[in-house]
Amino acid sequence: MAKRVWVWTEVTDNAPHRGSLELLTLARALGTAEAVVLGPADADALASIGNHGAAVIHHGDDARYAEYLAEPQAATLATMAGADAPDIILFSSTPSARDVVSRLVAKLDVGIIANATDVAYDGDDLRVTVPWGAETTGTVTLNGSKPHLVQLRPKAFAAEEVGGQAEVKAVDVAIDDSTLRTRVVENVVEASEGPNLEDAAIIVSGGRGLGQPENYALVEELAKTLGGAPGATRAIVDAGWVPYSHQVGQTGKTVKPTLYVACGISGAIQHIAGMKGSKYIVAINRDPDAPIFELADLGIVGDVLTVVPKLTEQLRNS
Amino acid sequence: MKIVVCAKHVPDPNMPMEVDTGTKRLKRNPAQSILDPSDEFGIEIALQIVEKDGGEVVVLTMGPAAAEDALRRAMAMGAGRAIHIIDDALAGSDALGTAKALAAAIKAEEPDMVICAVESTDAYTGMVPGALAELLDLPQVTFARSLAVDGGAVSIQRATESGYQTVQAQLPALVTVTASVAEPRYPSFKLMMQAKKKPVDARDTGALGVDAGAVGESGAKEEVLTVELIREEKQGVKITDEGGDSVDQIVAYLKKIQVA
Repeated sequence: MAKRVWVWTEVTDNAPHRGSLELLTLARALGTAEAVVLGPADADALASIGNHGAAVIHHGDDARYAEYLAEPQAATLATMAGADAPDIILFSSTPSARDVVSRLVAKLDVGIIANATDVAYDGDDLRVTVPWGAETTGTVTLNGSKPHLVQLRPKAFAAEEVGGQAEVKAVDVAIDDSTLRTRVVENVVEASEGPNLEDAAIIVSGGRGLGQPENYALVEELAKTLGGAPGATRAIVDAGWVPYSHQVGQTGKTVKPTLYVACGISGAIQHIAGMKGSKYIVAINRDPDAPIFELADLGIVGDVLTVVPKLTEQLRNS
Repeated sequence: MKIVVCAKHVPDPNMPMEVDTGTKRLKRNPAQSILDPSDEFGIEIALQIVEKDGGEVVVLTMGPAAAEDALRRAMAMGAGRAIHIIDDALAGSDALGTAKALAAAIKAEEPDMVICAVESTDAYTGMVPGALAELLDLPQVTFARSLAVDGGAVSIQRATESGYQTVQAQLPALVTVTASVAEPRYPSFKLMMQAKKKPVDARDTGALGVDAGAVGESGAKEEVLTVELIREEKQGVKITDEGGDSVDQIVAYLKKIQVA
């Protein structure tokens, strides 16, 4: 039987999050796709969500949803699901979705699966695909009451424009003042140069093997020469070499470029989770036993500080 | 100021992760397990707050006997005491079951702040902190890349996909921290010796008043049906570079795949 599927849809500055739109593709395949939008969203944003396949949009337009972190959203979702539980609620893997769904799971006392890449039903039984590390895939189900909650990695599905129009229903749950405890005081966008990491066909990423923060410039130059975007591992983002917006991996961005060049990256599981969908992988690393070489189509055991500048120079001259 | 920091004993992330296809669980070898490196950042910032404002840092873990090593490490960094939730009934707990046990232990402590890593390095679901905040009825401020406590409030810079947000909450609150929040100290030999004598309070589900049926494998709502090895034998080429002599081959490869 077709399932009732809600997609918690994140809208920031009237732009629906791409990860949420991707999940509408999955939701349509499973059954009736309904988007839940909590916070301000204009007519264009709602039209885009309908165009991506939501039959219904449950819209709570109270601006306070955007002014406070997860609590009012989780409370409203719990009330909505308590009154009219769908089979499943899908969340994309973003920081905000994680905040909301992790509180919701405790409110509803239901099951949650995070980091999933696919959802299917075998009759009434849920089947969720979860990759573990680089070499194992699990099939997981949830028991217990509904809704079941699943958080999916971005780029597991393509966002498809299907030309639909959604019926918009107002969410009539009032915000409880007791949930207004964590206030967002300021939003700061940190500009990054060059093509967007998630859209780039070529990504050149750097890791600890670069040795010094200054050497990240070698990664940027190679990326620029190839017309790609520079990326980074969690280690060098944490060390403050580059902003978080550059981070590829489990807690950063999931990317699927045509070419991924890994410079001085050993291949920690978290990083691999974010880049292993790349079509071609070239890795340059001094350690011949680095796990990244197991993924690489072309592996260069060598010094990034020698190889990368020479490579950039030769590409410029050719 | 009393701060409880949640910590986990995890397989060394520098070793390859293996899943036992029989038990369908992560293979855990205590000899190759360590205090989760992501937890060291929370311990460090907690110590810095207490060193400035006074108070105590209590480190909390749930796990088998070997997990005490993680607590000793945290106490060697400076945590004053530890709570170890240890009970066979907890084996196989999912994120919510884990949060239920941790919440029971934290509730008894009545801390001003609870600090967790954004996610553990082994399971990396990131679901425990939010569930914990909900069960404790605390506000949560998450993904902190910096953290400041002023009077009765906590203020953080919260890492977002495009930059950061400044987020504030009144204490008591739960905070999740990223590695940017503080550079962990390295314990001296003397502190490591002292940590061996610091108290570890062991508690089971009975002592915590947790229903054993709501946690562990029996309480878990998640059930792993199958685990498959998908080791792809990629027919990659590996060459050793001498002074940049591999560059021609890289350029040839980029031309072959039509990106250069």
